[in-house]
Amino acid sequence: MAVIRLRNLFAVVMLFGIYSFLTASLFVTLDAVDVAFTEAAVGAGISTFLMLSTLALTVRREKVRRKRNVIPLLVVTTIGATLVYGTFDMPYFNDPSAPLHGHVARHYIEASAEEVGVPNLVTAVLVSYRGYDTLGEVTVIFTAGIGVLALLGYRKRRGKS
Amino acid sequence: MRPPFQPHNLVLHIAAKMLIPPILMFALYVLFHGETGPGGGFQAGVIFAAAFVLYALVFGIGLARAVATEQVLRILASLGMLLYVGVGLASLFAGANFLDYDVLAQERLEGQHLGIFLTELSIGMTVTAVMMIIFFAFAERGVRR
Repeated sequence: MAVIRLRNLFAVVMLFGIYSFLTASLFVTLDAVDVAFTEAAVGAGISTFLMLSTLALTVRREKVRRKRNVIPLLVVTTIGATLVYGTFDMPYFNDPSAPLHGHVARHYIEASAEEVGVPNLVTAVLVSYRGYDTLGEVTVIFTAGIGVLALLGYRKRRGKS
Repeated sequence: MRPPFQPHNLVLHIAAKMLIPPILMFALYVLFHGETGPGGGFQAGVIFAAAFVLYALVFGIGLARAVATEQVLRILASLGMLLYVGVGLASLFAGANFLDYDVLAQERLEGQHLGIFLTELSIGMTVTAVMMIIFFAFAERGVRR
């Protein structure tokens, strides 16, 4: 709520950082330590810095608009309500008969010790069984880097010429 | 632009100097221990990049740039991609499916270990380099204004 009400964008960025750390500790309590690493480093560290440097380039305060816009609120509320309605159909947390646990997950859990021989099941699934997907993820990150370079990275060369 | 080394905050400097080596070590631990403990290439990459971000924030971008030049980062990112695809092609040429690590060594499990190690390494390289490229792109744009 504070994020919506605040007009000072610096405070908003800081609040987002705190939120990321809270989310990271939530992941730790859910036994997903590796996700918590990523959330703390990217969500709280790097992205907070990127937001701050963007603020340094632009302005620190949000423009106050007098006119109220109803349509975005309506769209967001509708989509949110639909998503909440969709969660009613989801299986209960920790339900062993959920469809997620019936398909390949059983095979991964039972056979990965023999087939991959790696104690960490997450790594076995991520890199070995689903290596092709992970290659795609790395490609996405690589492409993001190229994109940022293409948009922002050529200052030096232009300054010299 | 501020001159690169000007101890404008002594506490921050000392704290960062003490923190950065453990962060880098932890990143390497997460990378190479990803088979047994939590973690892996992505996590290690962002932690490694976060250490460099901390360094650049405290000691100035110029000094950080001395190690991580644009050239080095670009090569590192591309090398990571190439290594990943190369592992895939190696298993392809050894007579198995793309990215099937069984055939990379004499023993099947050894092949899996080798394949996972190499791919994690390549993921870590690419993620570190790209994170730092993005960071420097934003940070240097701010400095040059």
